[in-house]
Amino acid sequence: MSPFGAAIRAAARDTRGRAGLTFLSLLLLLALLAPAVLPDPAAQPDPLGASNLPPSLLHPFGTDPLSRDLLSRVVTGARVSLAVAFLAVALSITLGALVGVAAGYLGDTVDTALMRLVDGALAIPRLFLLLLVLAVWERVPVLMLVVFIGTTGWFGTSRLVRAEVLRIREESFIRAAEALGARRRRIIFRHLLPNAVGPLLVAATLGVGDVILVEAGLSFLGLGVQPPTPSWGGMILDAKSVLVTAPWNAIFPGLAILGTVLSANLVSDALRDAVDPGSA
Amino acid sequence: MTSVLEVQDLKISFPVEGGGRMFPVDGVSFSLDRGETLALVGESGCGKSLTSLALLRLVPPPGRIEPGSAIRLGDTEVLDLEGEALRRIRGKRIGMIFQDPMTSLNPVFTVGDQISEGVRAHLPVSRREARDRALHLLQEVGIPDPVSRLDAYPHQLSGGMRQRVMIAIALSAEPEILVADEPTTALDVTVQAQILEVLDRLRASRGMAVLLITHDLGIVAGRADRVAVMYAGQIVEEARTAMLFARPSHPYTQGLFASMPRLYGPVERLRPIRGSVPRPSAWPSGCRFRPRCPQAFAQSETMPPLLPLGPEHRMRCWLAETERS
Repeated sequence: MSPFGAAIRAAARDTRGRAGLTFLSLLLLLALLAPAVLPDPAAQPDPLGASNLPPSLLHPFGTDPLSRDLLSRVVTGARVSLAVAFLAVALSITLGALVGVAAGYLGDTVDTALMRLVDGALAIPRLFLLLLVLAVWERVPVLMLVVFIGTTGWFGTSRLVRAEVLRIREESFIRAAEALGARRRRIIFRHLLPNAVGPLLVAATLGVGDVILVEAGLSFLGLGVQPPTPSWGGMILDAKSVLVTAPWNAIFPGLAILGTVLSANLVSDALRDAVDPGSA
Repeated sequence: MTSVLEVQDLKISFPVEGGGRMFPVDGVSFSLDRGETLALVGESGCGKSLTSLALLRLVPPPGRIEPGSAIRLGDTEVLDLEGEALRRIRGKRIGMIFQDPMTSLNPVFTVGDQISEGVRAHLPVSRREARDRALHLLQEVGIPDPVSRLDAYPHQLSGGMRQRVMIAIALSAEPEILVADEPTTALDVTVQAQILEVLDRLRASRGMAVLLITHDLGIVAGRADRVAVMYAGQIVEEARTAMLFARPSHPYTQGLFASMPRLYGPVERLRPIRGSVPRPSAWPSGCRFRPRCPQAFAQSETMPPLLPLGPEHRMRCWLAETERS
């Protein structure tokens, strides 16, 4: 069995890992099936009479000030939040891995240049960087949001990968591969990166939780996902005016954020223990 | 005999903290003939592994091979090669086996993948063909049930099996020269013999030249055609194996034999060589063995060259001048 599969399996054997994976898979399944089983999140059955209805059998999560079904919106929000999270994490992990390998394997000047750049970037709070870019852009397309979040999230990962590469580089199988005449590209992609997959997986799952929080925060500030596309952060923003009279508007998206971030972190913990039992 | 590899006056230097350079390999010359096994014997720190790495230009930075050194591989001067030309030498002309089979295999890929890697790095073959070759190589190095071993991960194999896999990998591109750096040091004694057996068989069947690097004189007997003994970055004695065992002449070589337990003959105390191996940053002046040598004399204060003792027998000791006559 490949180490990648082995790490996932080991994490799934762990109680925390199993709980997290279960929650995330259910959410993902629900998000994928949403259009087929739930009412249209944009539908306003009775714009005046059905606004802010408390949870009931017909509307398990209640309705919002615009009479839209909250369950539909939370689940559709999951589609957006998860998609943004996975894509942004994929982007930042890729960037982090490439920069980390370049710094760790090529060493010398490349290493110094890249790592000082990362040091500098890490000194600026991520939210500040994002606010700066997003504040001047009026209606940010979701894809651009992914790009911004992804390109501001790889600094830590690159350091992690670099440290890992510095360790693996000294292993004799790397020297054996060089002695065999393996091309540099091959040494990087076949020998260095696959052996750093453990820490990368941990960073990725942690990153998912992070990005969901960042995206929710930005959307709450009105700078992230733009209405009418539902997002959890945006829904809590909408709920602000009716927080006392119809609290379910904020509670359910809030629980969704909590559950997802918690699950991602649980999976991450389980993975970390699986790939690096010593650090438990 | 035509030599496939000629090393001349190889010097490898590393910077010393506080300026200057030290020379852990300091003027090593030897040649390797087709189909021959040459053993390079010495204690750890004598420069033998560094010498072997230099053959493939794998001396770890900040070390460097000094100008004036020569490593000729047939008509090619290895020290003139760069980039792609250098890559084509590695694995293709010279294959290499490392000491520790536990860490010399990539833990995340199957054995088959790793052998195929060597094949595909040098030969224009398809994935399928590479796999077939890998299977064939596993058979050749004597791995039982090679079909299922092809898909095994390194951690599922024993040390001996892994070393066989390492040999298969080193042979994957059919090199003319195999460099084996302490190939059996990490293995059980019973497995050692098997691995040496495999190496010997392959050398014979492929007409390959083998450079066997070891600290163990015991495995040299009966395996190597010639032996070169290294001490403190230099070759101190060189002879055909039978000659070296019958008439070890350099005081260091004699010391090595005296410190080795014997199976036959009268029981004697082992006589260790006094003192310890000097460090490359502080080679003694004159003959480098002088501070530890029971036979050192006035002339030892100048460094002796390799002096002839007999046919194909040379040593780096002034005593050669008296012994020869």
